Amino acid sequence: MLTVDIKKKLGDFQLDVHFSTDREILALLGASGCGKSMTLKCVAGIVKPDEGHIELNGRVLFDSRQKIDLSPQERKVGYLFQQYALFPNMTVEQNIASALRNLPREQRAAEVAEKIAAFHLEGLEKHRPAQLSGGQQQRVALARILASKPEVLLLDEPFSALDSYLKWQVELEMMDVLKEFDGDTLFVSHSRDEVMRLCDSVCVLTRGKNDAVEPVRQLMDAPGTMGAALISGCKNYSRAEKKDDHTVLCTDWGVTLTAAETIGPDVTFVGARAHYITFEDIGINRIDCRVDRVVNDTFSTIVMAETPGGKTGYSLIRLEVEPELWTAMGDPQEISIWIPPECLLLLRGE
Amino acid sequence: MNWFPLTNSLRIAAISAVIVFFVGIAAAYYIAKLPRVVKGILDVILTLPLVLPPTVVGYLLLLMLGPKRPIGLWFLNTFGIKLTMQWWSAIFAVTVVVFPLMYRTARGAFESFDETLADAGRTLGLSNTYIFWRIRMPYCRQGILAGTVLAFARAIGEYGATSMIAGYTPGRTATVATEVYQLWRTGDDAMAIKWVMINIAISAVVLLTVNLLEKRTAAKAGR
Repeated sequence: MLTVDIKKKLGDFQLDVHFSTDREILALLGASGCGKSMTLKCVAGIVKPDEGHIELNGRVLFDSRQKIDLSPQERKVGYLFQQYALFPNMTVEQNIASALRNLPREQRAAEVAEKIAAFHLEGLEKHRPAQLSGGQQQRVALARILASKPEVLLLDEPFSALDSYLKWQVELEMMDVLKEFDGDTLFVSHSRDEVMRLCDSVCVLTRGKNDAVEPVRQLMDAPGTMGAALISGCKNYSRAEKKDDHTVLCTDWGVTLTAAETIGPDVTFVGARAHYITFEDIGINRIDCRVDRVVNDTFSTIVMAETPGGKTGYSLIRLEVEPELWTAMGDPQEISIWIPPECLLLLRGE
Repeated sequence: MNWFPLTNSLRIAAISAVIVFFVGIAAAYYIAKLPRVVKGILDVILTLPLVLPPTVVGYLLLLMLGPKRPIGLWFLNTFGIKLTMQWWSAIFAVTVVVFPLMYRTARGAFESFDETLADAGRTLGLSNTYIFWRIRMPYCRQGILAGTVLAFARAIGEYGATSMIAGYTPGRTATVATEVYQLWRTGDDAMAIKWVMINIAISAVVLLTVNLLEKRTAAKAGR
């Protein structure tokens, strides 16, 4: 159980996050510079918050009012840095052993051997970090962290230092490690796909502030805020004015649309994922568009559709079509698209 | 040939280099953590001996350590030891003059250190002492080694402050540098040339070492 409620000011930037997690994998999802890594550093004790409270399994790690501020050494956190932070002057073996310095010699050797085997590092014991591939480096870093028996894992963009062809393999290994780990995990990422595949819950951070913790599926289905929708990969937005409980005027798109959900008073934007927009006549929420341009992507055709709202601001809608379908449609200049009411995202602005 | 000036120079330089090694590293490490204004001020004060004429440094040292000055007088009264005109008096002068070289190279080396390594060490439960000696120092060792060797080289060549605080007594306080001056003054060109050659040889070897160290550092950084 990890509870975080902290504030920290850094120049113009104000970090103000509060969330808690219980024996699960919680993603801190946000664009770069939103305060994700800073939050991890505060939990680890590397950065001191201005005020607040951090508690891990009943132990207070930090409390500004009680003047408690445990050192990183006392906190029992396992921090996986973006570049892994392996000690360059030590071998793989020595790196892992460094986390076991409090153990007697024989026991230490046994634990190192056990970790070497568990993380498939046999034969690399005497290698130095610079001689290892990115994936191997990450395995050493994880082995070293788990050897220190942490109560929480803090993973800071664990795949960002890897070449893309290595990422998937390492991600699969990470899944196994996380499944085995008995404790909380904070997973910092800017990739909604990683978060979707690896995490249970997600907490979106936008400019130092966080949304409520929610299951990852819910972030994709109903992001709630503009910030969450953006980071969840939604590309089509329009400013919106509520007409009644289920209809909304989309000012950028120049149309009035119907939503399946009840529209709250604070809804100021609507969004539509390219994936859910259809060319099939579903009898409702039709938008007649002019094709602005067509871009051929690797496996799909991207169509930028100009809505009745014109070409300014958010008014272009991005569609992704199978290339064969687009050819079959005869590469039209005018198209009609439909947004299913249950797929219209209702969003609160900032 | 009397080798005393050489052995004296070497022992003074060696002892000074050891002192400056520890004090320079400690200063570089702790000053880096201070607020910027304090850091700027201390930086100027600690680098000053590098640019001041050695005679000014020597004069300032005499103001403190001379037998009639506060510290010198106290030592004389308490322990019966005169702090000036001993062979080891030169260590005061050489240490002060050479200190900025060590301090600045150590600071440069520490600034290139990847702080996340220290952070990682701390979250793994490693003590700050362990992190300093087993992670930070090995990471910065080439820069620090280069600084130490450079300090040693400059220590052998120190003349101005040394001659003021330790003087020139043949067989007692003479160093290579003061010996050369003395030989020139007495017109003994043959001996002077010999000592000059010895001095050049030692300095060249030391500088070659520094260059090799720096080349290795650059190769490592470029990898």
